[in-house]
Amino acid sequence: MQAFLHQLLSGIATGGLYASLALALVMVHQATHHINFAQGEMAMFSTYIAWSLVEAGFPYWAAFFLTLVFAFVLGVFVQSVILHPVRNEPFFSVVIVFIGLLVIFNSVAGWIFTYTVKTFPSPFPSRGWFGGNYLSPHEIGMMLVTLIVLALVFAFFRFTSLGLAMRAAAQNPVSSRLVGIRVGSMLALGAGLAGAIGAVAGVMAAPILYLEPNMMSGILLYGFAGAVLGGIDNPWGAAIGGVLVGVLENLAGAYVVGTELKLSVALVVIVGVLLVRPSGLFGRSVVTRV
Amino acid sequence: MRNPSTRWLWVLSLLVVAVAVPFIVSGYHVFQFTMVLNYAIAVFAANILSGYNGQIALGNGAFYALGAYTVAILLEHTGIPYWATIPFAAAICFIAGFLFGLPALRLEGPYLALATFALAVATPQLLKFHGIESWTHGVQGILVSKPDAPDFLPLDADQFLYFFCLAITVLMFALGSNLLRGRTGRAIVAIRDNPIAAASMGIDTSLYKSMTFGVSALFTGVAGALGALTTQFVSPDSFTLFLSISFIVGVVIGGVATVYGAFFGALFIQFVPNYADQISKAAPWAIYGTLLILGVYVMPGGVIGLLRLLARLAARSRPRGSGHAD
Repeated sequence: MQAFLHQLLSGIATGGLYASLALALVMVHQATHHINFAQGEMAMFSTYIAWSLVEAGFPYWAAFFLTLVFAFVLGVFVQSVILHPVRNEPFFSVVIVFIGLLVIFNSVAGWIFTYTVKTFPSPFPSRGWFGGNYLSPHEIGMMLVTLIVLALVFAFFRFTSLGLAMRAAAQNPVSSRLVGIRVGSMLALGAGLAGAIGAVAGVMAAPILYLEPNMMSGILLYGFAGAVLGGIDNPWGAAIGGVLVGVLENLAGAYVVGTELKLSVALVVIVGVLLVRPSGLFGRSVVTRV
Repeated sequence: MRNPSTRWLWVLSLLVVAVAVPFIVSGYHVFQFTMVLNYAIAVFAANILSGYNGQIALGNGAFYALGAYTVAILLEHTGIPYWATIPFAAAICFIAGFLFGLPALRLEGPYLALATFALAVATPQLLKFHGIESWTHGVQGILVSKPDAPDFLPLDADQFLYFFCLAITVLMFALGSNLLRGRTGRAIVAIRDNPIAAASMGIDTSLYKSMTFGVSALFTGVAGALGALTTQFVSPDSFTLFLSISFIVGVVIGGVATVYGAFFGALFIQFVPNYADQISKAAPWAIYGTLLILGVYVMPGGVIGLLRLLARLAARSRPRGSGHAD
């Protein structure tokens, strides 16, 4: 029972990472109807920036927030510079540009920071937190940070006029433009926020997974699975989906398939969910007008 | 290219070049061009599915791996000759593709891309699964012996393998372009352009979509089978996400919804990583990615699109009157 509880809670903790990435993916998808296959690699690259800052002697939280700024700028840059020329191209071309970005970030990170695995500091004390039997302090801290990020994002979209403008731009670009919202800037802002949220996931994941250029590929896949499970048009659903995938992955890894086939769990989740509920657990089903 | 006689001229000259290649280049380069042929089949397969039928699939590497492993396992455990393994690979991949295509029916656009992306990421892990280790030998992989050239041909083993792959490439392209040109091909394209209209014209969209998935997997499986014979080795880590991505890259570089673009795409995925390596030892894939993005910017229609554009420009710059001769 204790082992089960441990697996469950640590699944929720890692699920928080997947939830953050799923949220980032859904934000980009809602605004642009594209899936950013490079989201994980952008997060990984931002995590390297955090690592360099910490190595250079910055205090942890200063490095953390500077990294978020960097990730935000990176997201804006990708959306408004790299993706701008293909904004009217078919879905296919955009997928290719994202895949090009994935390859570039991966390669450049390996080039600048080498492929040797690096340890990454955790901001949380090494022992002596509540619930210590079941979770490490870092896992608890990770959960807290995820919850704070989700709350901030929710508050931003719910209670600020900028958030409202962004939602409007995503939902109906033409009408938004008519009422004076700069749709292009809103898209760039959304991509920047998504970049920052992804970077939080990267920085939180690094102490557990260790930092290396391929660190995020697994998390990206689980993030996809979470987004599909929760519904790709519903940010909160995607966040819950991410947590569910984390729990599922941990329990399946511990009791059913073993660690060898953990990634395949994500595949099974994605295909399974799409078969039973194509719009996800919390998504609206899309009705097409003929 | 609209004109049938110019089309045949193109195909013929392409063939002449293809036949001449193994006598002009030697050794390792013959191997590279053999891989170009195999990749061309795989890129064509990806184009049938994603370009013509509009199902953007990023996981074709899984079927390439399946074809390769089928050949390797058959050659190791049974006594059948190497050429007889190809139909087995084709049949197994067709069935696997058709079955994967059934659930994929319900997935549109980004969802299919996601599901197949997951398939591509999970492929190496699935191949390493210890339950099938007695067949696959896990991470070690399987060695495949290279077929020998028959005695009556004055060719070495590399050249013979090249011509074996060329023959199958020609066969697959003939089959594929025939399929796309006829009634079936029109149905496949109609489903991409307007699924609702296609259904109301009496096309069984579900059947066609899963059949297209199966056909694409079949072609990819044949490419994988030839790939296993060419590289003489299969192991889980040769079938990573990058392989799957390469096929889609080939589609876009060659030209979406074109038949012969596959050869340009295959040349790109075979040679550009090498050249990128020469430009920058440190970050070859960054060069590759940059070239890829620039490719999409500069030639949205791929190489074939660019050639068509140039042909149109040439036709326009010709003096008036002569353009209407036909």
